[in-house]
Amino acid sequence: MYSLNYHRASSVADAVKLAKKGDDVKYLAGGMTLIPAMKTRLSAPSDLIDLGHIGELKGIKVSGKNVTIGAGTTHAEVAANEKLKAVCPAVSDLAAHIGDPAVRHKGTIGGSIANNDPAADYPAALLALDATVVTNKREIAAAKFFTGLFETALKDGEIVTAVRFTAPAKAGYEKFRNPASRYAMTGVFVAKGKANGKDDVRVAVTGAGENGVFRSKEIEAALSKKFDAAAVEGVKVPSKNLMSDIHASADYRAALVVVMAKRATAKANS
Amino acid sequence: MKRLVSMTVNGEEIELAIPPYRTLLDVLRNEGRLTGTKKGCDVGDCGACTVIMDGSPVNSCLVLGIEAEGATIETIEGQHAGPDLPHLIQEKFMDHGGAQCGFCTPGIIMMTKALLKENPNPTESEVRFAIAGNICRCTGYAKIVDAVLAAAEDLRKGRTL
Repeated sequence: MYSLNYHRASSVADAVKLAKKGDDVKYLAGGMTLIPAMKTRLSAPSDLIDLGHIGELKGIKVSGKNVTIGAGTTHAEVAANEKLKAVCPAVSDLAAHIGDPAVRHKGTIGGSIANNDPAADYPAALLALDATVVTNKREIAAAKFFTGLFETALKDGEIVTAVRFTAPAKAGYEKFRNPASRYAMTGVFVAKGKANGKDDVRVAVTGAGENGVFRSKEIEAALSKKFDAAAVEGVKVPSKNLMSDIHASADYRAALVVVMAKRATAKANS
Repeated sequence: MKRLVSMTVNGEEIELAIPPYRTLLDVLRNEGRLTGTKKGCDVGDCGACTVIMDGSPVNSCLVLGIEAEGATIETIEGQHAGPDLPHLIQEKFMDHGGAQCGFCTPGIIMMTKALLKENPNPTESEVRFAIAGNICRCTGYAKIVDAVLAAAEDLRKGRTL
């Protein structure tokens, strides 16, 4: 790692103020991606602003079906929250299977979505749940927030403060893990009952798209007819715009979308 | 430029002058002279560097030392039942042959402690899930899992962590 200046922010306002000082400033949330990137020198910020001690960014609020998760909430805290488990167990389950315990106790939801790794789990949940990303400046719909590989709608200096969504009637998430890294080679989040009519079933896919997370129209159409694992059987998902790499071809990922959608739907119905 | 950082390590408050880019792992091993915490992959994959920070297990290679300013850190050096007496978990690792070369052992013991504090009555699959991020390259995990389950059994009989 290169030399850097470290600042510990006491509030969101303080962090924004600190960010105006350095020439290449990065916010540090859990650091589970940023620190490794700095070690390989893919990232070499002049100034790091630690968001880890900002009380207003932490915690989960559940009121009826409305859920707000503070950006600084760790995956372990999301996984363990009883109120969240009661209204949307699919999100608790997703958080419980990110990385390993050491990563889950340090990594945060805000850091994960701001980084928008194409194989991260949370983007699929946020897109399928039609969640709102709250920043210090505005509110952004998940569909507009994730713009490409490691790209988001966040502007320079903008900080994610929370994620908000209404719990659906049913939801489930399932991923096929890369055997070595355990990252999602393909992960599918299904949600039903968010809206009437055509948006009733929403299905989002992570780990497979060339441009990051996306909604699968084909799976949505099949599940809209009948929200049942069997309804996904035989659905053709096009491999165009899916990733091909040493781990899996685009065709293989297209097949995985169907299988993971089946398993996620079965989970949602269980 | 070095910064002065204070933290509580194994119950003792220490103050160290460290460069802000140095990881907690390197700070513990170099400035802290506590080499029990091992440096395996140094990118958060192997779990050999697991320590407990403010009650939670973390990969100390993925935390900056300066992030630990004001934190309470537990490392393998602080784990013992008394002077020259092994910690309950260490004792069970010895009884069950849970260590071979020993390089992954400090990390696994710290992860085990974090697990058992949260769940003193884990099933075998919960133990395997908890140590999923701790890699042993000598052999397998059967004896390690046996040791963790035996430690849990002793906890239920009234022994403490």
